[in-house]
Amino acid sequence: MSEPLLRIEGLSKTFRDRHWFAGFRGAGVRAVDCVSFSLAAGETLGLVGETGSGKSTLGRLVLRLVEPSAGQIFFNGEDITALSQRQVRRLRQQIQMVFQDPYGSLDPRMSVGAIVAEPMLVHGLWHEDRDQRVLDVMGQVGLQPEHRSRYPHEFSGGQRQRIGIARAMALQPKLLVLDEPVSALDVSIQAQIINLLRELQQQADLGFLFIAHDLAVVRHVSDRVAVMYLGEIVETGPRDALYEVPMHPYTVSLLSAVPVPNVHRERGRDRVVLHGEIGSATDLPSGCRFHPRCYKARLKAASPGIETVERNGERLPNVCVQHQPGPVTADGGHVAICHFPELGADRSQTAVRAVEFSTGVS
Amino acid sequence: MNDAAEKSPAASTSILTVSDLCTVFPTEEGLVTTVDAVSFSLKAGETLAVVGESGSGKTMTFLSVLRLVPPPGRVMGGEVWFDGTNIAALPEQQMREIRGAGIAMVFQDPLTALNPVFTIGDQMIEVFRAHTTMNRRQARARAIEVLERVHIPSPVQRIDDYPHQLSGGMRQRVLIAMAIALRPKVLIADEPTTALDVTVQAQILELLAELRSELGMGMVLITHDLGLVAKYADRVAVMYAGRVVETSPIAQGFGQSRHPYTRSLFRSIPRLDVPADQALTAIEGQPPNLAKLPEGCAFEPRCFLGNGREDCRRERPLLAPTDTGLHLSACPHWPNLPESEADA
Repeated sequence: MSEPLLRIEGLSKTFRDRHWFAGFRGAGVRAVDCVSFSLAAGETLGLVGETGSGKSTLGRLVLRLVEPSAGQIFFNGEDITALSQRQVRRLRQQIQMVFQDPYGSLDPRMSVGAIVAEPMLVHGLWHEDRDQRVLDVMGQVGLQPEHRSRYPHEFSGGQRQRIGIARAMALQPKLLVLDEPVSALDVSIQAQIINLLRELQQQADLGFLFIAHDLAVVRHVSDRVAVMYLGEIVETGPRDALYEVPMHPYTVSLLSAVPVPNVHRERGRDRVVLHGEIGSATDLPSGCRFHPRCYKARLKAASPGIETVERNGERLPNVCVQHQPGPVTADGGHVAICHFPELGADRSQTAVRAVEFSTGVS
Repeated sequence: MNDAAEKSPAASTSILTVSDLCTVFPTEEGLVTTVDAVSFSLKAGETLAVVGESGSGKTMTFLSVLRLVPPPGRVMGGEVWFDGTNIAALPEQQMREIRGAGIAMVFQDPLTALNPVFTIGDQMIEVFRAHTTMNRRQARARAIEVLERVHIPSPVQRIDDYPHQLSGGMRQRVLIAMAIALRPKVLIADEPTTALDVTVQAQILELLAELRSELGMGMVLITHDLGLVAKYADRVAVMYAGRVVETSPIAQGFGQSRHPYTRSLFRSIPRLDVPADQALTAIEGQPPNLAKLPEGCAFEPRCFLGNGREDCRRERPLLAPTDTGLHLSACPHWPNLPESEADA
């Protein structure tokens, strides 16, 4: 097999709380915990999860904007984990980022032309034809030549995001890390930007790491999807398999929570209401990190032959509380980290119904 | 709704009836009408969803109802009948009593809506002290009851927390607790879950639905999420460029829209319940600049239906009944819309 564009092996990031004289304190925040995945050229990997799941930190790790605590990052087969800052800068010609807030990430005192030209200046690619290159890139993202001398505040949110994308595309990168690129935009504009990204990807065979919390958007843009929970990828697989036969109870719960704009389907739908909220990465639950909120653990605890323990007034399977689950694999590289995945004969009615109602597939 | 003018508002069963509400803002580019002759009514126990993009005037409409429009904006005209009184004409002193006790509002961002230097208890006690004759101790006891009502675990301890000590979902519960503290007849929820994760969103909306039926409130849900509308609303009003362009009961009208803007919205959103490879049809162009609205229909420059039609450019169409009297549309060309695929 040829080497993928991006390969991550056991990547971790622990943010430590540093006291001003006492050195390190406590265990720190395990924002990203032993994550592995790979991404091919021309492919989109969608990364979903709630606030605090570590998905943005993971994106920043790939760009080396945040230094990893452990693990390795391979770009085009080259280990980039240990590159010096100078070498990293050269690498960033090939890996670029698009941010959520198009206004906050654009310098208000720079004209659009200057914003798009800046990456070329920084990277010493300041050729005679730079003006033409700026216009080309602006045209690629649907900006008009006359926009060049205008400033970010003169544009609407959707147009600003086009400027952010133009800046990222200026160096003809191979990989874009997109951190919630459409979530700040109005619904009518979201579709324009999503369609634009797809076009750019097809033209240049770009790899996309698409980070978002919106499951419908991620399904629409991704080839493969990874679901994160408290720093860990709990499920990953080909898009259709993950949405149509989700294996991890967390994925099932997320799908069940998304309302679909269809009255007949929405009324009389039972949701898997998750217990509580996402925990804190400073104080991870023992065993499986999802067990305090998991419906499947509760279902299993009630069935015969399962050894249970009492936790916070509820009976849960011993194995969920005590032991970290390992990977369970289904067809097509579909993997979930769970003791009782929704798979085959063990698939619960809850999972069947959740998927039936959200995607219409049972 | 249109029938507000014919019927005496006091005689109808609606708890809140707004007719021809107009709000303007003076800007460098001239006078901008952010709320343009908006009319609707809300019954007790009913949920009205108001859908639209940023700048469509949905929040401003309800700030106008509460007479909280930030200066230099001002309400230029219209009537707001609440519980038999036209509150648009009330003196400010009486209006203050209506806010909170009669009509309450929950805002989008729970962190900025709470004061960071006071505990949530202080802020809740303030609500009771301002509107009732309770003393501090009674108010505190009531505050704990209300926090319990919105399912905040261990409210006796939580009441002394500062806003930053709570998660986003918990903060939103506190804001809801403050809004329902005085048992209002109308609750306006302005994008109550936009800042929250999808799993927490479901919990908050279930809570709102539960409180609505328990307290018999009329509820307004301002949102851009059509999925939430399908799940929680009884009726929907779609706003574009300061006007209501379509309104219908959910059961009959949702997914069978009779306005090209609403149709376009449905086709532009990625949704879980259609095949993943179905392309999104973006709405071309940019949202309208309210200072430079075209003379005719505000949606005409982006419309897939009207495109170039003479009458669309000449005059701005009004909200009018379609084939059923309950379903109103501001597009006279609605019969030319293609068969609806949205609800199939």
